[in-house]
Amino acid sequence: MSSAHFEYVQRLGDNALILGQRLSAWCGHSPFLEEDIAMANTALDLIGRARMLYTHAAQLEGSDRDEDALAYGRDERQFGNFLICELPNGDYAFTLLRQYLVDVYHHQLFLALGTSSDPTLAAIAAKAVKETAYHVRRSGDWVVRLGDGTQQSHSRCQLALDELWAYTGELFAGDGIDQAMAAQGIGVDPAQLAPAWSETVANQLKQATLQQPRDEWQAGGGRAGLHTEHMGHLLAELQFMQRAYPGLKW
Amino acid sequence: MSSKHLPLWEIFIRSRRGLDHKHIGSLHAADATQAMQAARDTYTRRQEGVSIWVVRSSDIHASQFEDDAAFFDPAADKIYRHPTFYDVPDELKL
Repeated sequence: MSSAHFEYVQRLGDNALILGQRLSAWCGHSPFLEEDIAMANTALDLIGRARMLYTHAAQLEGSDRDEDALAYGRDERQFGNFLICELPNGDYAFTLLRQYLVDVYHHQLFLALGTSSDPTLAAIAAKAVKETAYHVRRSGDWVVRLGDGTQQSHSRCQLALDELWAYTGELFAGDGIDQAMAAQGIGVDPAQLAPAWSETVANQLKQATLQQPRDEWQAGGGRAGLHTEHMGHLLAELQFMQRAYPGLKW
Repeated sequence: MSSKHLPLWEIFIRSRRGLDHKHIGSLHAADATQAMQAARDTYTRRQEGVSIWVVRSSDIHASQFEDDAAFFDPAADKIYRHPTFYDVPDELKL
């Protein structure tokens, strides 16, 4: 086992946990009941995925840390999630557009990871790919509904998309860990996912009558632990109980 | 939040292959696609089903309470319509 392998699996878990944490904040606040349940379902899928990935990462590390230690016991700089996952939810258009952009990415990523030479990772990917297929369908459906909806829903969607676009470049900017894992057949070079992602997203945006922003400046740094100002607040809420009462069980 | 509701849909779930779809509840959705997804998320999240039907509630025609006497009471004294006159072998479990 290499530490790159551990890091790779752990940060896949980070993306799932942080986005799951964001989505779960909608629980009880969604625009209508059916949506509330659907949103919470998606959040639970992501948190369940984070648990599997963290458990696997902890085994790879071989120390006495477990999934909870990885989720609740690390500081901001030690999280390697994409910045797009930690951005505040904004309005429903922002939440669902972000979700769609990440869902398409995850779907392609887990399709590719299905053939990973790490059998546990391949098994997690096989489960995740079914979940993400549904997530893409759901969030994609909403992107079209809201984008091609009323004047207000359209303009909110466009606003969200313009803001989010600068955070999509990071999804495909691999680092040394990605390269090493791709070379060993364990992971995927994220740059390879870009063409299919771009094509899928472009088609959906067109159907949603949304204007795809130009590729200008792109944010980055999540993988290296350099997060937005929102991450600390998110972790404070996420980790409070375990920080205040270490080892608490309920 | 708008006080205007989306159309109501009745949801039917087939719990296992070989069984009939059963009415399980209702929900609000803009159209059939959304109703299907909402039904999946609301009613099958604990492995309750393998197939979903969604029907607009307004498309269901229900018998009326005031028709109860005419519709259902006459069947009450027609005991000969029940197949109770056959000798059922003991081995046959009903």
